[in-house]
Amino acid sequence: MGQITLSGVTKRFGDVEVIPPLDLQIGDGEFVVFVGPSGCGKSTLLRLIAGLEDTSAGHISIDGRDATGLPPAKRGLAMVFQSYALYPHMTVRKNIAFPLRMAGMDKAEQDRRVEAAAKVLNLSSYLDRRPGQLSGGQRQRVAIGRAIVREPAAFLFDEPLSNLDAALRVGMRMEISELHEKLRTTMIYVTHDQVEAMTMADKIVVLNAGRIEQVGSPLELYRAPRNTFVAGFIGSPKMNLVTGPEAARFDAHTIGIRPEHIGVHPTMGDWRGVVGVSEHLGSDTFFHVHDTGLAPMMTVRAGGEVGLTHGDTVFLTPDATKIHRFDQNGIRL
Amino acid sequence: MSTQASRSAARLMLSPAVLLLLVWMIVPLALTLWFSVQRYNLLTPDRSGFVWFANYAAFVTSPAFWLAILNTLLLVGGVLLITVTGGILIALLIDQPLWGQGVVRILVISPFFIMPPVAALIWKNMFFNPSNGLFAEALRGIGLAPFDFLGQAPLASIIVIVAWQWLPFATLILLTALQSLDSERLEAAEMDGANPWNRFRFIMLPHLARAITVVVLIQTIFLLGILVEILVTTNGGPGSESTTLTFLVYKEAILDSDVGTAAAGGVVAVILANIVAIFLMRAIGKNLDA
Amino acid sequence: MARAVSTQRKAVNTALAWGVALLIAFPILWTFLTSFKPEPQAVASPPVWFGFDWTVRNYVDVQRQRDYFDYFWNSVVLALGSTALGLVIAIPAAWSMAFVPGAKTKDLLMWMLSTKMMPGVAVLVPIYLVFVWLGLLDTRIGLVVVLMLINLPIIVWMLYTYFREIPGEILEAARMDGASLGREILYVLTPMAIPGIASTVLLNIILAWNEAFWTIVLTTTNAAPLTKFISGFSSPQGLFYAKLSAASTMAIAPILIMGWFSQKQLVRGLTFGAVK
Repeated sequence: MGQITLSGVTKRFGDVEVIPPLDLQIGDGEFVVFVGPSGCGKSTLLRLIAGLEDTSAGHISIDGRDATGLPPAKRGLAMVFQSYALYPHMTVRKNIAFPLRMAGMDKAEQDRRVEAAAKVLNLSSYLDRRPGQLSGGQRQRVAIGRAIVREPAAFLFDEPLSNLDAALRVGMRMEISELHEKLRTTMIYVTHDQVEAMTMADKIVVLNAGRIEQVGSPLELYRAPRNTFVAGFIGSPKMNLVTGPEAARFDAHTIGIRPEHIGVHPTMGDWRGVVGVSEHLGSDTFFHVHDTGLAPMMTVRAGGEVGLTHGDTVFLTPDATKIHRFDQNGIRL
Repeated sequence: MSTQASRSAARLMLSPAVLLLLVWMIVPLALTLWFSVQRYNLLTPDRSGFVWFANYAAFVTSPAFWLAILNTLLLVGGVLLITVTGGILIALLIDQPLWGQGVVRILVISPFFIMPPVAALIWKNMFFNPSNGLFAEALRGIGLAPFDFLGQAPLASIIVIVAWQWLPFATLILLTALQSLDSERLEAAEMDGANPWNRFRFIMLPHLARAITVVVLIQTIFLLGILVEILVTTNGGPGSESTTLTFLVYKEAILDSDVGTAAAGGVVAVILANIVAIFLMRAIGKNLDA
Repeated sequence: MARAVSTQRKAVNTALAWGVALLIAFPILWTFLTSFKPEPQAVASPPVWFGFDWTVRNYVDVQRQRDYFDYFWNSVVLALGSTALGLVIAIPAAWSMAFVPGAKTKDLLMWMLSTKMMPGVAVLVPIYLVFVWLGLLDTRIGLVVVLMLINLPIIVWMLYTYFREIPGEILEAARMDGASLGREILYVLTPMAIPGIASTVLLNIILAWNEAFWTIVLTTTNAAPLTKFISGFSSPQGLFYAKLSAASTMAIAPILIMGWFSQKQLVRGLTFGAVK
């Protein structure tokens, strides 16, 4: 339960086409992440699925049933909002029970489900507090609790971690992934952070200007980005894109090479450059290398500690088997 | 937040308020327009009929008309000037640390709760009365002759009463705005070498701009309709010295029973009020968006 | 961070502020004081401050002259009735404008406010005639409707500004949770907006209580509120200062006391939600 199919879904605000006709299949139990830069239409797409916005054209079906015209509540979906959207005047218990109360469920069953959800989310001792008395992570869990009690066909997450600090974000990422393992319910997750996408998703949908650039598993996208946009978006630090004679040497308009696929040597190699800023992370070091004649700046990863400092000359050697080739339209060759 | 369903729900829920206000505006206005071109005097009911714009001519050429317009402007302008400057000064004062701030605030807002006829009666009898009002007593106390405020300076006296009623409102709004000013911004200005006057002029005053526009907008709306205060104190006189446009229309309708001319005056008043309204809304709409 | 201020400076501030505050409130305090004076001492020259023969005679006289409680009750009914009716109409309207804003929303708000600019006297005769035709003259229901209408723009405006502070996502969450529009407003929006609604209610009770044009011209006895009650004390009765003071005190005391007790919410309301 939890198959979602979009066919020809389009969204226009006035004359502006935010989402050109778009098709997408989401399988039951999948963890799908919509990722893209801000303004790419990923949140709008989620809101179309939720029913918070009307589709301008096309159909959305949930579990084989046409849901295009259904109001949000009738779609059997639950949503976790970016701001959590908790009801500040209700206790945690009442917040979580709210959808059940709206559905007219009897009180005893409501309580049973709330208790169960609270246990799963470690909220049992906070049930009688108000959202205002909770930390960011706890609020996030209440929002998730409110979503899971309904036993929805699918969960929708709208950038749920963007209001948390970095450490908490990593923790919540794990919790949501674990929750998915436990519940095996379809989840659709919107984020602009490709790390979240890579770590959590079964399937990533990369969006750009309302258009789907590529759909695939994290590793497929990493290994075989279909175009330069996906190539630049997936992976951190970003893939180096090189045009010109060096690309022509590989019989392509543009070649892409990831920082982790470039070797560094102080005296010998294919490309000569000058070390700029270097970022030492301990396990890795990232160098920004200038004056290579390839691109304004190349990012290179070197393992551990390397004795290079600002202004040193280095030589770079790409791993020829890991070079991505693109044509003049940016499409993978 | 906008599906077809929610948009139509919104329209549905908005309509009672809009329709009611539309009826409240249009029905009386239409009737007023109709009366304004009729001969319609309650004292001579047998003489009636269509008179084109005679009522307008009569109203606009009546000797009191231009004076009434001037008086209206003076009243609104005078009260605004007093309340805004007074409000800023008092707000600056009670924003300082002091003992008993709560009581001070209660005392300062009290006049806002006083209904207009009470305010007018108190001021007229107990303060402005030339024989035993408190002001007369005070003048006598310092050896001066008593002064007949409502007789000699009727409009100024009314301005005092109305300003007293509205000073609390201006003070409170300005105080609230002042308290929302980030003190770090003042400290930054101080570090940049701004003296107290410059801090007021370049930091506080711009911060208060929005609050001042709100004061001006809301007060103007209420001030244009001031009637009871004049009715109770001077009855527009002596002569027409304290007659405002509103009072002039009232006088035609009630005291002279001339509904036709009053209606014409009403239309003129509505037109002038709308000119002021458009003018104000322009200025304020801009300021409120910010 | 607020800086510590020397005690000396604070003392000066206090003296100044109290001086100004007492000056502003003086007419009210003086009226209150005078209401307990015997009539001759009320006009004594020089004025007597506290050393007079305190009496409640004036209150008894005023009550004997006209029954205060009839007027008081009418004021209560008009103020509460018009505010309640206004809320019922304004909450949905404000919801619409705050959460489903259109291109015309700002204009609509401005138009609503501009209806308040129409001078009452300009439409006095038509309204009076309509009231006669409908048999609403001197009825509470007629006046409740009029007071509601003249304050409706302000209620809508205030609620709109308060509602706009509530994040739309919370209402969307309610919608996802299966709440109908009515329940969304009743269970989620209204409880969250309670402080704003309270301020709106308070301010409108005050405005309705003190409205002294329509309440005077459209009533005679049955629906006459305290504004009408006090108008009976203009000259020549105004020459009796003590009695006038007693009547004034009776007319303003209820709203003054309510205002003092609800000062905090009221201050918020007084700013019409437009200043934070």
